[in-house]
Amino acid sequence: MRNSPCVDKFRRFVVTRMLVLLLSLMATGSVAEAPGFPLVVPDYKLTFPHDYGAHPGFRIEWWYVTGWLETADKKPLGFQVTFFRSATGHNPDNSSQFAPKQLIIAHVALSDPAVGKLMQEEKTARAGFDLVYAKEGNTDVKLDNWRFVREADGHYRVDMQARDFGLQLALTPTQMMLLQGDQGFSRKGPKPEQASYYYSEPHLSVSGAVFHQGKPVTVNGRAWLDHEWSSEILDPEAVGWDWVGASLDDGSALTAFQIRRKDGSRLWAYAALRDASGHVTLFKPEQVEFTPVRTWRSPHTDAVYPVAMRIRTDSTEWLLTPLLDDQELDSRRSTGAVYWEGAVTLTRDGESAGQGYLELTGYVAPLDL
Amino acid sequence: MKRGLLSRWLLLGEWRAHFVQAIVVIIAIALGVALGFSIHLINTAAFNEFSAASKNLSGQSDLQVHGRQAMFDESLYPFLATYDGVELANPVLEFEVSVPGELIGRKDNKLKILATDMFRAAMISPDLLGMPAEGKPLDGLSDDAIFLSPAAMEWLQVKQGDLLPLNVGTQTMTLRVAGGLVRARAGQRIAVMDIGVAQWRFKHVGLLSRIELKLTPGIHRDTFKAALKQVLGDSYLVLEIADQEARVDHMSRAYRVNLNMLALVALFTGAFLVFSTQALSVIRRRHQFALLRVLGLTRQQLLRQILLEGATLGVVGSLLGLVSGYAIAAIALHFFGGDLGGGFFPGVKPSVYFSPLAAATFFIIGLGITLLGSAAPAWEAASARPAVALKSGSEDKALSKLSAPWPALICLSLALLFTQIPPIFELPVFGYLAIALLLIGGIALMPRFSAVVFSFLLKVMRRHITGAVSTLLLARLANAPNQASIALGGVLASFSLMVAMAIMVTSFRVSVDDWLEHVLPADLYVRAASVGDQGGFQLDEQKAMASLPGFTRVDFFRSLPFILEPTRPEITLIARPIDMTDPSNTLPMTDDMIAPVRLPKDVMPIWVSEAMVDLYGYTVGKRVTLPLGTAEQTFFVAGIWRDYGRQFGAVQMQLADYQTLSGDRSINTVAMWLQAGTTSAQAQTILRQLPFGDALEITPSGEIRALSLEIFDRSFAVTYLLEMVAVVIGLFGVAASFSAQTLARAKEFGMLRHIGMMRRQILILLAAEGGLLTALGVILGFILGWSLSLVLVFIVNPQSFHWTLQLHLPWGWLTLVAGIMLVSAALTALVAGRQAVSGHAVRAVREDW
Repeated sequence: MRNSPCVDKFRRFVVTRMLVLLLSLMATGSVAEAPGFPLVVPDYKLTFPHDYGAHPGFRIEWWYVTGWLETADKKPLGFQVTFFRSATGHNPDNSSQFAPKQLIIAHVALSDPAVGKLMQEEKTARAGFDLVYAKEGNTDVKLDNWRFVREADGHYRVDMQARDFGLQLALTPTQMMLLQGDQGFSRKGPKPEQASYYYSEPHLSVSGAVFHQGKPVTVNGRAWLDHEWSSEILDPEAVGWDWVGASLDDGSALTAFQIRRKDGSRLWAYAALRDASGHVTLFKPEQVEFTPVRTWRSPHTDAVYPVAMRIRTDSTEWLLTPLLDDQELDSRRSTGAVYWEGAVTLTRDGESAGQGYLELTGYVAPLDL
Repeated sequence: MKRGLLSRWLLLGEWRAHFVQAIVVIIAIALGVALGFSIHLINTAAFNEFSAASKNLSGQSDLQVHGRQAMFDESLYPFLATYDGVELANPVLEFEVSVPGELIGRKDNKLKILATDMFRAAMISPDLLGMPAEGKPLDGLSDDAIFLSPAAMEWLQVKQGDLLPLNVGTQTMTLRVAGGLVRARAGQRIAVMDIGVAQWRFKHVGLLSRIELKLTPGIHRDTFKAALKQVLGDSYLVLEIADQEARVDHMSRAYRVNLNMLALVALFTGAFLVFSTQALSVIRRRHQFALLRVLGLTRQQLLRQILLEGATLGVVGSLLGLVSGYAIAAIALHFFGGDLGGGFFPGVKPSVYFSPLAAATFFIIGLGITLLGSAAPAWEAASARPAVALKSGSEDKALSKLSAPWPALICLSLALLFTQIPPIFELPVFGYLAIALLLIGGIALMPRFSAVVFSFLLKVMRRHITGAVSTLLLARLANAPNQASIALGGVLASFSLMVAMAIMVTSFRVSVDDWLEHVLPADLYVRAASVGDQGGFQLDEQKAMASLPGFTRVDFFRSLPFILEPTRPEITLIARPIDMTDPSNTLPMTDDMIAPVRLPKDVMPIWVSEAMVDLYGYTVGKRVTLPLGTAEQTFFVAGIWRDYGRQFGAVQMQLADYQTLSGDRSINTVAMWLQAGTTSAQAQTILRQLPFGDALEITPSGEIRALSLEIFDRSFAVTYLLEMVAVVIGLFGVAASFSAQTLARAKEFGMLRHIGMMRRQILILLAAEGGLLTALGVILGFILGWSLSLVLVFIVNPQSFHWTLQLHLPWGWLTLVAGIMLVSAALTALVAGRQAVSGHAVRAVREDW
């Protein structure tokens, strides 16, 4: 069935479907507003452990883990683990256990310079039958045999086996959690309702194994977790965003993102730097500036990504250099999402600062379908 | 080199002189091959398409888990999804819903719905996914969306965005046509929707039809299958594609084989025509051949020459037959689809596929039959002694070798023996062989028989009739029986086959008609669409119907499909009130039953259809187990009933027994008897006034009967067509052999003219000869045909379709065909004779010298 016309047709169809699905996850403009989703409000106080868990009432939610790993022979690897939850607004009266009320979408990716490109896999399924779920009360997300769970002692466990590779990691917090924005209320655009609840766990210490063709390789490293939920995030004008999260060597944590318009101009920006002592510096949108240093054209999708980026936060200049250029998630063959999610090294005003992850979305040219 | 020239010269010379006869032989062979080949192509195309379409529904799964009944509890799904060795479990809910009557015809209003989880199904059957409108990617999950294949859209006359009303039990529900499918097979009528939506909207919550499994790479399928079977136990079936193929094959195999056999009848008749034409042509040229022999042509060369003649006709005819057969198949498939009336391949649009193997087979059959037809005459011509053959009047002697009785008797006794042999692979192979042998034996005995009959007639008539013509006529027929019987071979073959088929079809039709009367005793039958694994009527609806005015009696039926053996089509379980004083009051029982008073008390009785005996060995008095309800239940087979409606088996039981065992109180069909004075129309009005009246499917029993007989006739339409072709070929044979004979007898007629016979008298003589011969052929054909019909009715039918028939003879029709045969044979003889007596008497006689 490899390349028969019907399969291609099917793929094209899935591309259309899932691409829009992903867009609808991020933005509200393309999908008619389904009633009954709660709004994100500034005065909500995040409470834990409850807010570690899922918030099925909200339209979208994700747990996003990115990090750097090192094998026993000191070879660097980058990894990314994502679980999305999406409420479809399906008829609440439907009593079937198969009723597609909640969808779970998961991505797993591994950047290995020895391989030269990103290894990745993704899955989509509806929640149900205890096979697929995002539980409330504490982080516990499952998609068939893929699992992301927060244990009672606060450490996270990742277990994801893909076709060619797999991850089995334990992530242990070494610092306080970081509430982004205003105590977890994170604005994403000029309008106050364009916001999400957002907290991060930087400086997670990682131990475990990476599987290559079924063989485990012991790894250690450092990771960053984002958990974010909302019903309406992006402005209709927005086409994508650039985001970076870095657990720096001196124990500080940098978060920065900008939301772009179609013409590339900045619609919104945010940056927060927490030093090792726990003091947080928040920057105003106009204090944050993203400047591309070097672009890379994807041979898979023809998209042009600014894979090396200069970020200015007020008077500080950060330079981001990718672990490898080809860290594009091209899943048009299955779920259709295309973005760049890569391990980067950072310098702060020219001096080595540490490692982080850069996410670049909305760069792929609109598909000619 | 010289031999090649001579051979060519002889061939061309013969064909130039007897062009029409060569053409007739070619046409007969071509027609037979064309029919056989086209029916084979059509059936194969339809079968392949049908099986591809049903395979298409299950996608690329390694194994499938089914319940014994149509649906099972969904709790098996998470169990299998997490089962070791399973990479992917795809839950499927497949069911049929009826489309409300106004939209389309009542006869065929079922739409198959395949409900899946698109995220799972995409990995296993990517073709059968809904394709939503652009910009509405998640429409497939909407609670009102249904996706239709192109064929279904055309059939229902809806397009994307239209609303589609469907029946659910006694209610009507409206869905929105959200789009087409990624790829459906041409003609495949199917709807796809989300499994969660379908479970809820169609009241199937908690139920699945099957779970398709994709195994982890490296897992050994057969080992896994065996282990899973152990774990799941008897209430589930673990199937692979091969099982499903076997099931589809079982469904239509008997029908396909029987139709192919019928198609070969035309070819078989053609063989007799080849034989008679070749035999007469050889006899006509006896002098020629004798002369050639005297001039030095060897026996082998002569044999080869005559066989070459036959082979050339065979090759040309077969090739022509293949070409026209392919054309017929292509045209028929294009305009009428693949269903030849049997109703086994609904909703597929196959296209013709040229199979070299089948073409080669039919070519060889065509050629072989021509060679077989030429072999005996060729052998005779080659082995004749030239000196004897040169003499005049040795023609009839030449054929006397053919009239030795022992080969015929061997054929007939073998045929009798073959009727006693059970079927092979559930096909009546020996039944068909017996028919062929009966036919050959019967025809081979013909010369002897006609000599006896006509000698007797001659003796009797001599005393009473003095006319020269009648004396000549009888003398000729009595003393030259071999030539006469050759002419009869074709008539006999085609007429007896036709008689056999006519008797079989009539027996079948009358049996079905009687049966329908028996199984449809009520006045009205009311149905509602099924709901999940429940019949359409729930308890309160049943109460409402039972208490309606205007009816004397109301019976409830519950029927459900049931898999007993994975590789066989489903059987039908029917639960209804059965009269325990005498079950034959309720069921069309055969004689094979145990009286209710003598039934064991400790076990529930069931009454099974004849097919259950053949296919599953459910003989009367046996204790059998059926997985009904939650556990295996033992039943006692109390009797066998006739069922012409369900070829794959059916079991009837008391409704009360069924309800006790299964706890299922729902009902599919309600049989209602009208009170005296209530008309059917009034009763229907009363029913329509029920709160759920609109969703009822009300059919008067007369209508069901008419519809059933219409379906019956439609399925035999092709049979009638094949019969007609066989008759036409038979008549061809009569024409060919009579004209050949009259031409060969030009000398005789010349002589008769010399001694004073009038041209008119000769013509009368010929017409009478033709008529008398045909009359004998018709009588013998009738006897032979009747014997053949016994084989068809009592052996081929029960062995193929697992039902028995009662013999009924269509006298009127038989008389009509016999009359047509007689008249056309006499006319043919006359036309051929005109040509023979048209020349000068002197020239005709001179030819001899």
